[in-house]
Amino acid sequence: MAGQNPALTSDLAEGTTTLGPIIGVLFDGFAYGMLLFLLSVGLSVTLGMMNFVNLAHCAFAMLGGYVTVTLVHRFGWPFLATLPVSFLAAAVMSVALERTLYRKLYRASELDQVLLTIGLAFMSIASAAYIFGTVLQPAVTPAWLRGSVVYFGINFGVYRLFLVAVGLAVTLVLVLTLEYTRFGQQVRAAVDNQRMARGLGINVDGTFAVAFALGSGLAGLGGSLAIEIVGLDPSFALIYLVYVLIVVSVGGLGSIWGSFVAAVLIGVSDIAGKYYVPQFGAFMIYFVMIVLLMWRPQGLFGKR
Amino acid sequence: MTALATRNVNKSFGQLQVARDISIAIPKGERYALIGPNGAGKTTLINLMTGMIKPSSGQILLEGEDITALHPDARVKRGLVRTFQINTLFPNLSALEAVTLAICERTGDASTWWKAVPSYRDNADEAYAILKSLRLGDHAYRTTRELAYGQQRLLEIALALATRPKVLLLDEPAAGVPPEESSELFSVIADLSQDITVLFIEHDMNVVFRFASRIIVMVGGAILLEGTPKEISTDPRVREVYLGGAHHG
Amino acid sequence: MSAPSLTPHDYLHAQVRWHPLEYIFWLATILPFFLFPNYLSLASQIAITALFALSLDLILGYAGIVSLGHAAFFGVGAYTAGIISKYGYGDPLFGLVVAALLTGLFGFATSFIIARFKHLALIMITLGLGFLVHELANAAHWLTGGADGLQGIKIGKLLGIYEFDLWGRTAYVYSLVMLFLIFLLVRRLTNSPFGLALRGIRENSVRMPAIGAPSDAHIRKVYTMSAAIAGIAGALLAQTTSTVSLGVIDFQRSADVLVMLVLGGAGMLYGGLIGAVIFMVARDQFSGINPQYWYFWIGLLLVGTVMLLPNGILGGLSHLYRMLMGRRST
Repeated sequence: MAGQNPALTSDLAEGTTTLGPIIGVLFDGFAYGMLLFLLSVGLSVTLGMMNFVNLAHCAFAMLGGYVTVTLVHRFGWPFLATLPVSFLAAAVMSVALERTLYRKLYRASELDQVLLTIGLAFMSIASAAYIFGTVLQPAVTPAWLRGSVVYFGINFGVYRLFLVAVGLAVTLVLVLTLEYTRFGQQVRAAVDNQRMARGLGINVDGTFAVAFALGSGLAGLGGSLAIEIVGLDPSFALIYLVYVLIVVSVGGLGSIWGSFVAAVLIGVSDIAGKYYVPQFGAFMIYFVMIVLLMWRPQGLFGKR
Repeated sequence: MTALATRNVNKSFGQLQVARDISIAIPKGERYALIGPNGAGKTTLINLMTGMIKPSSGQILLEGEDITALHPDARVKRGLVRTFQINTLFPNLSALEAVTLAICERTGDASTWWKAVPSYRDNADEAYAILKSLRLGDHAYRTTRELAYGQQRLLEIALALATRPKVLLLDEPAAGVPPEESSELFSVIADLSQDITVLFIEHDMNVVFRFASRIIVMVGGAILLEGTPKEISTDPRVREVYLGGAHHG
Repeated sequence: MSAPSLTPHDYLHAQVRWHPLEYIFWLATILPFFLFPNYLSLASQIAITALFALSLDLILGYAGIVSLGHAAFFGVGAYTAGIISKYGYGDPLFGLVVAALLTGLFGFATSFIIARFKHLALIMITLGLGFLVHELANAAHWLTGGADGLQGIKIGKLLGIYEFDLWGRTAYVYSLVMLFLIFLLVRRLTNSPFGLALRGIRENSVRMPAIGAPSDAHIRKVYTMSAAIAGIAGALLAQTTSTVSLGVIDFQRSADVLVMLVLGGAGMLYGGLIGAVIFMVARDQFSGINPQYWYFWIGLLLVGTVMLLPNGILGGLSHLYRMLMGRRST
């Protein structure tokens, strides 16, 4: 079952000071949160723009993961080089699906969207199982990203540091794009009020298509980066979908900051929960989500 | 006796203020028109009155009673009812079913799950009578989505009438209806009992002058002025709002 | 359309009258005794799943609540019946009553949360609640047996006379009768003013408060009833198979019942029943195939249903029927 992967909390065991475990938990939680952020931000923005419930989102992530696995193990590519490719592969696949199926359902009921995208997710899981088998894929991390470094007597996993760096870099790029580019302004206008944006002459459909491709690409990137942290097998598409949905609904639709804060919150809650109260560890995030949604149904940063 | 009043109602969405210090008082049985340019906040005011939005400050009073804290459905039960500018109907229910539903909700029968709808003969008769009075009798059994646009606008009003309103708020009742058909619609409204107080939002000045006893002009979320049709038609400020390009919001 | 010769009363009666096909359907449920005597265990499973699908139809097809976690109620019902049987309360009918009451209470409690949400938040809450309950069942293995399943279930004889035999005869009679009786209740409900109100909520939740409808109260009521029915279905499963595992409460079960309902067509009562029949029979027939591939076809079926048959098989058939018969005013 998801999240019981020892890789998640292995570094914590090596804490060398009494403060170690707490910092360690926070750090691991933050790193996990960065991963969740990459996986979730695309869905949050596209949901906020078009209200299209895409439950196949994590299937795109899974695709990215399998692309990396194939390139590294079958073709001997270096890990880092595979990352842009998995981004692209996921983006291209999402465009193909958007053109053929998704755009017919923009005005359809939520239920129809849920069913269509769950159906696609099922199909992708079955296909992955057929092609790659159901086993956990072997690690793809290069040697220089393994191990840990010690700062202030606390162990920090090198890969997790890498993850944090990538997460923060992507966040920066996204925030800058949103604030300072015309594309970003169009996205913000469309999230704010789609009808008004159309009225102002913004090509909402086109903007959405690009945002959708980018968001799916980021998910693909997230899928590749997730291999080392949580492992990759065909069930990834559904198991991590749940986490992503929690992040998105807690963070609020259409909000990058919302996804960021929620992802960190969920990441830390999950790790902390599993570390401190292992019998109820899996509970934590569902409980947090329900409580948060009851307090603010539109999410932390959602509109209205 | 004042049927509907608002006292210093304000509403802001963050920086955007959509209602500024709105205070009006509509006496019972009157026909008031609410006019103003697009974006003036007329529909927002109706949303505030009916409880779909909560005011940032101020009160809503129905027949003297403060209803500001009441849920929308509770206000309907007390007689404050509105229709929507864009048809907000039940696409797959027939016209008769829709009106019967509204009546059952009014009588409290909608909570009963063990008796079939046909056994509520009185409710069905009343529903049919309302439809007939709106000239929808022939279309009573047709699904709402099959009705022509003009007929759907009439169904909007039928649903409101089924609740036996004391105060009726009509949001552009003839929106999108061609002029030939809208006169029929307005004759229905004109025939409404004098016990019902009506406030309607309208853009067509001919209609406004024909049916309204008083007019309220809203601009930029605030009341500009209020007066008889004669006063309003000669007021220079109103001319400016409509012709002089005073763009707000 | 010229002036109708139908009075409003005739019209409304026509909406609730039993259609000949319905009689045929229920008569057909007796066939397995004669045609498939070796498959009565499967038949009782189908009847139980059909009841579960019916409970989901009440909230999804009629009130428009998309729930991805309905198995929570099914599971609570199953575990309740199983657990009390361990302590000497093995009488099936008694177990049903207790399961219905407990699950109904649980449903009532959660309905307060459910009624407050719409759209994505609602879907998420139902998903979260489903997972939460699953984790609870997993963690509380002193009560539920956890991942090992519930041990020591002792189901008594039905009405004190009929034992649950290996051929499934008692099981099928039991499940079928419960399905039919509850179906009658649900049918009555959907034909009542309350049923009309539910349809109103599904058709346009904004309009409902505007006609004075207490939507939240309506939703709480139907959700509680739906939970109780799902609980009864779960209890039936526990009693007819004498096993309860985490599978009664997991996401797979919630997803499967949703697929069945959508396949058959939501909002028509029979859609869930027919969907359950088709799904379970197909799964039984193709049980040899790798489970992954099964889910490929289910996925394809879902995509196909959404794109081509939005009202499911039943919706498609009735559309076809209406087209062939030409337009008639009831």
